[in-house]
Amino acid sequence: MMTELGHFALILAFAVALFQAVVPLVGAWRRWPGWMAAAEPAAVTQALLVAFAFAALTWAFVTSDFSLRLVWANSHSAKPMLYKITGVWGNHEGSMLLWVLIVALFGGAAALFGDNLPASLRARVLGVQGLIGAAFLAFLLFTSNPFLRLAVPPFDGQDLNPLLQDPGLAFHPPFLYLGYVGLSMSFSFAVAALLEGRVDAAWGRWVRPWTLAAWIFLTIGIALGSWWAYYELGWGGFWFWDPVENASFMPWLVSAALLHSAIVVEKRESLKAWTILLAITAFGFSLIGAFITRSGVITSVHAFANDPERGVFLLAITGLFMGGALTLFAFRADELSAKGVFGMVSRESALVLNNILLAVAAFVVFVGTIWPLAIELASDQEIWRLGGAAFRNPFYALGLFDHPEKLSVGAPFFNMAFTPFMVALGAVLPLGAMLPWKRARLGRVMPRLIPAAVLALAVLALFFALQTGRSALGPVGLMLGAWLVAGAVADLWTRKGKGPLSRLWRLPRADWGRAVAHAGLGVCMAGIASMLAWQEEDIRVVQPGDRVEIAGYELQLQGVNRVEGPNYVSTMADVALSKNGRTIGLLHPEKRVYPVAGMPTTEAAINNGFLRDIYVALGDPQPDGGWAMRSYYKPLANWIWGGAILMALGGGLSLSDRRYRVAAGAARTVKAQGVPAE
Amino acid sequence: MTWLRRMVDSIHPTLLVLAVLVLASPALAVQPDEMLDDPVLEERAREISKELRCLVCRNENIDDSNAELARDLRLLVRERLLEGDTDEEVLDHIVGRYTEYVLLKPTTGGLNIVLWAAGPLMLLFGLGLGLGFVRARGRAQAGADVLSDEEEARLQEILKK
Repeated sequence: MMTELGHFALILAFAVALFQAVVPLVGAWRRWPGWMAAAEPAAVTQALLVAFAFAALTWAFVTSDFSLRLVWANSHSAKPMLYKITGVWGNHEGSMLLWVLIVALFGGAAALFGDNLPASLRARVLGVQGLIGAAFLAFLLFTSNPFLRLAVPPFDGQDLNPLLQDPGLAFHPPFLYLGYVGLSMSFSFAVAALLEGRVDAAWGRWVRPWTLAAWIFLTIGIALGSWWAYYELGWGGFWFWDPVENASFMPWLVSAALLHSAIVVEKRESLKAWTILLAITAFGFSLIGAFITRSGVITSVHAFANDPERGVFLLAITGLFMGGALTLFAFRADELSAKGVFGMVSRESALVLNNILLAVAAFVVFVGTIWPLAIELASDQEIWRLGGAAFRNPFYALGLFDHPEKLSVGAPFFNMAFTPFMVALGAVLPLGAMLPWKRARLGRVMPRLIPAAVLALAVLALFFALQTGRSALGPVGLMLGAWLVAGAVADLWTRKGKGPLSRLWRLPRADWGRAVAHAGLGVCMAGIASMLAWQEEDIRVVQPGDRVEIAGYELQLQGVNRVEGPNYVSTMADVALSKNGRTIGLLHPEKRVYPVAGMPTTEAAINNGFLRDIYVALGDPQPDGGWAMRSYYKPLANWIWGGAILMALGGGLSLSDRRYRVAAGAARTVKAQGVPAE
Repeated sequence: MTWLRRMVDSIHPTLLVLAVLVLASPALAVQPDEMLDDPVLEERAREISKELRCLVCRNENIDDSNAELARDLRLLVRERLLEGDTDEEVLDHIVGRYTEYVLLKPTTGGLNIVLWAAGPLMLLFGLGLGLGFVRARGRAQAGADVLSDEEEARLQEILKK
């Protein structure tokens, strides 16, 4: 019963979304107030309907209603309640419903809290958001319906993929989707502004919080996924440059660029056309990400729905929104004239450089991700068929080709091609963040950064001398970390001025946000570099009682036991960790088997420390009664995710800055003119 | 869109099944019995393994994968190293057997030059565009109400009084 109601609510939501897409846009075009005003109730209704459908599906999972195909395929009565709930989005259909829910919720939120927007802009924003909602609701209903029934309900389900039965991964998708879909708001604002033919400081102030929120969610989502890979996959890898990871990383990079360029629009009324273009591409990369993840065209470790029909549908959605928005952009971009003037050395130019580096980095990831597909298409010797028409392959005809049909682009390429841009970004960031607007004098800013520069160089020299190898990676990473963190401190210190220390606390939250997020980037870089450069590894067969020494720590396998979990059986080892004869703790690496899904998983045991992790994974039993055991020493491992948390926290501080809170309440007064730069 | 369907179809079903199995099993890659006694050679073998794709997996290198084929390739790498091959020769040998598809870092030959040059070229293009924009904004300054250096100095002086 609930299922049918949910299904019905979803169909109704589709109808409402179509209404929301058409009526307000026509109203804004013809200047009919009544039609424009229809946007808000429509957006709220759509959000409520999709929320109801989502609740209905969740209910089916909670009560283990195996007459629903989706529940049967992805759940089991013995599964812990937490994973029954998170199992709702642990599959293609349910995760798409979550996606649609977030589109609708963002639209509803914009309708409820957007009363400071001019009527026509609001109608257009909600109209475009309705269009996005309608497209994805159609995708859901026509290709991936979560509410399909089974004619003969089985006794029990097939269980959720055990790898997904994990707290880290349970909450990874919702955060990612909040990020991807949050960028749909930036997109809607960009398209609405193009329709209006007007971008001003107020527009910058409205679009930035949405972008910032989306970026925070993406940061958390990506960090959760990487953290999960670290402890779950058994050897402590945390980033694989897999197409699906890249799919989440590209929107992250572009939205990072966008939230910086939106500041320039907001404070200086410049970079308008570029900011609009970034808002369009940021969401474009989200759509491409959805396509990559769900079409199976690009092979990846994680792709979980390989269905060409869905792929074509998603490609059509991507083409429709990107094509439409970019065409509109081509016609209207000229009208967006820049106002603010600034010198060669200024905060504005620094932010332009930031945008160039981030955009090029995203471009490199993009080219690397689609390259195997491009080569495969280009090397097709005979003909291409598109629709009914057939073409000779132009690449082949031009004789450009002597390639194998298939090639791979993996981590070694990305590490080489991507890293330089991040190093450059880190190197210029502290200086750029401290430059004043309009016109700056390097001679005035640079002295304030001398302590930070001295510290960074000292770190570089020290660690280069200390390390045994000759690799530059570790020392340079730590140097950048020190430079960014000390630079953030110098930034805050300069903001404080000559007054007492307590003035620090009264600085605007945006200042704190900037410093914390930039320091977070430094912490993250330091963590990644030292883990890649100085990790130590030991792989061997151990008998119970044997000791393994790694990086000055001692690990002793004490025994291996069989332990029963709620829906799995575990082989659990007791490994004592000690240093210089002093016991630090007992670690329990496990191998689990989930009998229903018939899948084994590893659960590595990690002793977390501020400066290092000790990481132990249990391997296969050996014929002689021993066990394969892998032990790792991972320096600064936690800094990677700590840095990500700092970045998200910085974003949160910036989001809670007074100017956005004030803007929400007393907006009508600010609306007329741009707020002066600081 | 038939190309799309064709591409998906071309992924052999057994590969998909294999891929799922590989994803499923705990990824305990290199086994103790495979490792070489000479730590220097073993280190080189590990580095080479990170550049080779496990052919039946989805985008995993042979060092991380525990597929049977990945194990064979790891053993092959070590065999070649024991016979005195350089890193380069080992890679060439394996490419000769399995085509360039095994290389996770593509060659720079042919069209691949586009892949490698994409970042640097785009950076040059972006910097050129950015510089043009910044200079244009600077020139707009002439007529705008921005203080010149002397005016700024005078203002500071007046403020100090």
